[in-house]
Amino acid sequence: MQAFTQHQGLVAPLDRPNVDTDAIIPKQFLKSIKRSGFGPNLFDEWRYLDRGEPGMDQARRPRNPNFVLNQERYLGASILLARENFGCGSSREHAPWALADFGFRAVIASSFADIFFNNCYKNGLLPIVLDSATVERLFRATEASPGFRLKVDLPAQRVVLPDGETLRFEIDPFRKHCLTNGLDDIGLTLQHAEVIREFEARRRAEQPWLF
Amino acid sequence: MPGQTLYDKLWNSHVVRTEADGTALLYIDRHYVHEVTSPQAFEGLRLAGRQPWRVGSMVATADHNTPTKDWQDGITDPISRTQVETLDDNIRAFGAKAYFPFRDRGQGIVHVIGPEQGATLPGMTVVCGDSHTSTHGALAALAFGIGTSEVEHVLATQCLLIKKAKSFLVRVEGVLARGCTAKDIALKLIGEIGTAGGTGCAIEFAGSAIRALSVEARMTLCNMAIEAGARAGMVAADDRTIKYVQGRPFAPRGADWERAVAYWRTLNSDADAVFDRVLELDAARIKPAVTWGTSPEMVASVSCKVPDPRKEADPVRREAMERALAYMGLTPNMPITDIKVDKVFIGSCTNSRLEDLREAAAVARGRRKADNVRQVLVVPGSGLVKTQAEAEGLDKVFLAAGFEWREPGCSMCLAMNDDRLEPGERCASTSNRNFEGRQGAGGRTHLVSPAMAAAAAIAGRFVDVREVV
Ligand code: SF4
Repeated sequence: MQAFTQHQGLVAPLDRPNVDTDAIIPKQFLKSIKRSGFGPNLFDEWRYLDRGEPGMDQARRPRNPNFVLNQERYLGASILLARENFGCGSSREHAPWALADFGFRAVIASSFADIFFNNCYKNGLLPIVLDSATVERLFRATEASPGFRLKVDLPAQRVVLPDGETLRFEIDPFRKHCLTNGLDDIGLTLQHAEVIREFEARRRAEQPWLF
Repeated sequence: MPGQTLYDKLWNSHVVRTEADGTALLYIDRHYVHEVTSPQAFEGLRLAGRQPWRVGSMVATADHNTPTKDWQDGITDPISRTQVETLDDNIRAFGAKAYFPFRDRGQGIVHVIGPEQGATLPGMTVVCGDSHTSTHGALAALAFGIGTSEVEHVLATQCLLIKKAKSFLVRVEGVLARGCTAKDIALKLIGEIGTAGGTGCAIEFAGSAIRALSVEARMTLCNMAIEAGARAGMVAADDRTIKYVQGRPFAPRGADWERAVAYWRTLNSDADAVFDRVLELDAARIKPAVTWGTSPEMVASVSCKVPDPRKEADPVRREAMERALAYMGLTPNMPITDIKVDKVFIGSCTNSRLEDLREAAAVARGRRKADNVRQVLVVPGSGLVKTQAEAEGLDKVFLAAGFEWREPGCSMCLAMNDDRLEPGERCASTSNRNFEGRQGAGGRTHLVSPAMAAAAAIAGRFVDVREVV
């Protein structure tokens, strides 16, 4: 997994609450059996004016000029600013795959749906929770100043504004450790294979009907 | 020390070890696998040269991509076919306790076939790369959806790295009015707490109204826990649970059965258990619900009007409402019963079990769909549900009413196959999500119970099912 330590980037504001995973990556693109290549179809129904299907030449499709990620000033954005309950809906990991493939490294919102939140960490994408008043302030700052960039410092758990102001965010120590070091969860867990085996043997003796 | 909640009991009995920050390694008993969220996990396993830890924990089926008619033609969409064949290949290569491939008579929606086969048992931890895994919690199991990386983690280690959620008791007391169902309880709850209301929580549904529900209806309720933001929903084990499980193909037998039942009887929250949060609902006040927006929390009783955004004080919410009404093509303050429907979908892991089909058939019996309704799809949740429904003659009732009787699968719940809405089409649907484009790009979804969906098909618009049955 790609490690995350510090990142500085352009911020794009997606000003709607409850952005669901169907909107992040519509189902027709879930037919792929790969982990990559979802970026061109991120927010497909909002980004394009036609109906997207797998295998289309994405570069030639008509874009919706009103959609935020199509606006000149947000081209190259790598930090997504969003509203509450971002990523609600399905468990599809294609959602963080699409965001990461598009070029996002972090998403800032006042809250995230649980499964999406988890899935982000497995893909080197950092979900940052800030209180809604702060998120509101960031929306206004982003919209008011073209080229608005933020710096994210994971080891220090801070988001740094252009004027030097810092915003602290919380993260589980274990998740932080894995993300900053780019550690593979499975490898870590398998270090405990013996303990798992013992647990399993006990369970098998007590509740044989489960096996 | 206070007593334990059902969630505490299920959690504690599966913790293998705990990190200093509270992250637990949780042992997984049952792992359901379907074609959409598993290929990348199997691929990851292969690339790392790993083997599944315990193939006996795996039960697999193809459901999301499969067509619901003309099965003799196979899967014509080549991309869908590749995904289903990839699952075939992976199960062939690695193995499973059971596999219900496309066209198998036991095939169906993963959350319908699991309980129906007795593959979900009380006291289990159950996972699947699918958010509606919460459904299985109806059997006093700890069941929740996971992402594909976690699917790979479970394949390789039989465990998950996870932190314990908060406990949330939703107590529903009293008696549901005639024509009101578990679906209406779920939508009422989501309307009250919002789609993020249960985030970070595991919900236990309890109270006299829940005990009175069949196990199938409890599945409907737990299925929708995720739409309230809760990864898991659950109901304590009782006589109904035990009776439901008895005799199913993978249920324990003989001496094991006796031992299992003795244990299952302990799967409830102690009387003095303390929950992080408690919410009470009065069953008698629950009415047939219809969603009017693009999130399950945008819901009203059928007798109400479409809300007016101008009355919403919060600007972010107001804008979301305006956007939803524009997408849905509705005007504020119009009666819900004035909304006409183009299509009706009866199916999905929320409402495609036998009981759901019986409820829909009770409304459709002896009637015909309205002329303005272009299509009514009835899609049983599994091959076994289909067989049972046909044995009861339900298929005949639907066909006589002008409905279509299809093969099992996810179908128009998410429209990965050919069953979908065209742009602008409006649908009364028994599924669980009314997000933009969920049932087809530009499609408009109203979530309702099976009886309400059937009533809408007959009337051509939403009607209060209590006036029909
Ligand atoms: S029926 Fe719908 S919600 Fe259920 S598993 Fe299938 S696609 Fe998901």
